[in-house]
Amino acid sequence: MNPALIVFFVLAALSVIGALSLILQKHPIHSALSLIVVMVSLAGLYLSMGAEFVAAVQIIVYGGAIMVLFVFVIMLLNAGEEEHTDFSKLAKFGGLPLALALTGLLAAAMIHHAGSVPNPANPDALASTSSISMMLFSTFVYPFELTSFLILIAIMGALVLAQREKT
Amino acid sequence: MIKIALLLFIVLTVNAYLTWFERKVVALMQSRVGPHRVGPHGLLQPAADGLKFLFKEDVMPGGVDKFVYLLAPFLALTLALASLAVIPFGPNPLPFKFFGHQIDLWITNPDIGLLVLFSITALGVYGVALAGWASNSKYPLLGGLRSSAQMVSYELSMTMSVVGVLLMANSFSLTDIISRQDSSRWGLLSWNIFTLHGGFPQIVGFLCFFISAIAETNRVPFDLPEAESELVAGFHTEYSSFKFAMFFIAEYTSMITVSSLCAILFFGGWNSPFPATPFWQFAHYIPSLILIPFGLWIIYDGVKYETIFGKLILPGIGTAITALGAVLIIFPAVNEYIQGPFWLLSKIFFFLFFYVWARGTLPRLRYDQLMNIGWKLLLPVSIANVIITAGFVLFRGAP
Repeated sequence: MNPALIVFFVLAALSVIGALSLILQKHPIHSALSLIVVMVSLAGLYLSMGAEFVAAVQIIVYGGAIMVLFVFVIMLLNAGEEEHTDFSKLAKFGGLPLALALTGLLAAAMIHHAGSVPNPANPDALASTSSISMMLFSTFVYPFELTSFLILIAIMGALVLAQREKT
Repeated sequence: MIKIALLLFIVLTVNAYLTWFERKVVALMQSRVGPHRVGPHGLLQPAADGLKFLFKEDVMPGGVDKFVYLLAPFLALTLALASLAVIPFGPNPLPFKFFGHQIDLWITNPDIGLLVLFSITALGVYGVALAGWASNSKYPLLGGLRSSAQMVSYELSMTMSVVGVLLMANSFSLTDIISRQDSSRWGLLSWNIFTLHGGFPQIVGFLCFFISAIAETNRVPFDLPEAESELVAGFHTEYSSFKFAMFFIAEYTSMITVSSLCAILFFGGWNSPFPATPFWQFAHYIPSLILIPFGLWIIYDGVKYETIFGKLILPGIGTAITALGAVLIIFPAVNEYIQGPFWLLSKIFFFLFFYVWARGTLPRLRYDQLMNIGWKLLLPVSIANVIITAGFVLFRGAP
């Protein structure tokens, strides 16, 4: 078992445990902390694939900025512990089979295409920041600009909602 | 491993003496004496404080969220110390091999050094915010809220203000950024803050960066998270004993990190302010020129010191410093070798002094002023700086 594989399994286990604890924790702050663990271990996974820039941005944007806002809002609202309720009917009877079906589908797809999946250890694919920016501003320029429009619209929507409440 | 332990030891000692330095300088600014009871000139004060922190009762207030309460100081301290790992302290590896290894003057030097630093800073907010929340008390909660709002706001302008430097260096690596500001021809004019070569002088970028960085480290005049006149002690009100000391060490360590970043990004890192022409050759003896008179002055001061202990220890320290200066003159190879680290450390020391200076002179900002400066002044100015620098880099061709 090579070191890279051990690192992968540790990080993967961390992110799965973090995701489970995110759902199972009673207090919103604990859930937010678990989500930070998930974000940071995902960044570690990206790093092990050689995508340094994506890993750093994952921590700066998701682990830092967005999760700080989550924690900030939870602190500001002084949210207390949540009570666990029973599952809704739909989740009880439809959820488990659907989840199993999705897992099966993903596993089947992975086994079927095992050969054609690109090697994550290929350092040239995503490694350098300049290659990422070249891709963003040439091949993927339209999706990139459309995404920024989407974010702009979301910001404007938030502003409109906030202003309406004031008047 | 040994390097990490050594750097930790040095940084923690420097932290301790930084508190002494800060108290002495602020005292001089306010015409006081400052600490002077414990050891000569109060030099053993940091040791006394450290021991006191260790032996004080560790109080855990009732009703706290135990896990988060204990996690917060650890998070603050480990993240602050981790950011030191990517800072390069000198250009050349150690001149001798150590157990057959070439020893560089940095712990690690990733290609994305600056991004690593920013991601560690981005996570650093949690130490303060969670400490405020977990303490189950009004004042820490207010302090934690303030600090998370403040740090999120100023992180934006801090990140934007270094983009100019990145555009000019074409790299995220801190060693690349430093070697781009090579001063062998034009001296300090080739530092990023002054240079016209392949870019635009980053003086505006530097001002934005330094102001935002002071706000990120929660220091005066941006220390609203721990404003003692309104919030008792802010986010660490409910922390006692060594858990309080951990927040304290974290704050001083991030001061060191920010100072080294200022020196590296804008002031040429380990590059000397003088060109490498024969005329400026004498500049290589500046370390000795500072060390020898300083050591002699300490000897003189020690001989006429009041206590016996001071009469013994101060001339000892003075002799050591003078001897160090003399060694540098006698062995030119050693002198050449320490030039880089010497200039970098002097720049770091200057910025640390600037922190203390600001603390001694500036009053604290009001909260709305703080938010206005962050969002309405620093962020637009740093974005304008990015656009102008990008225009210059484009116009003059990429470096």
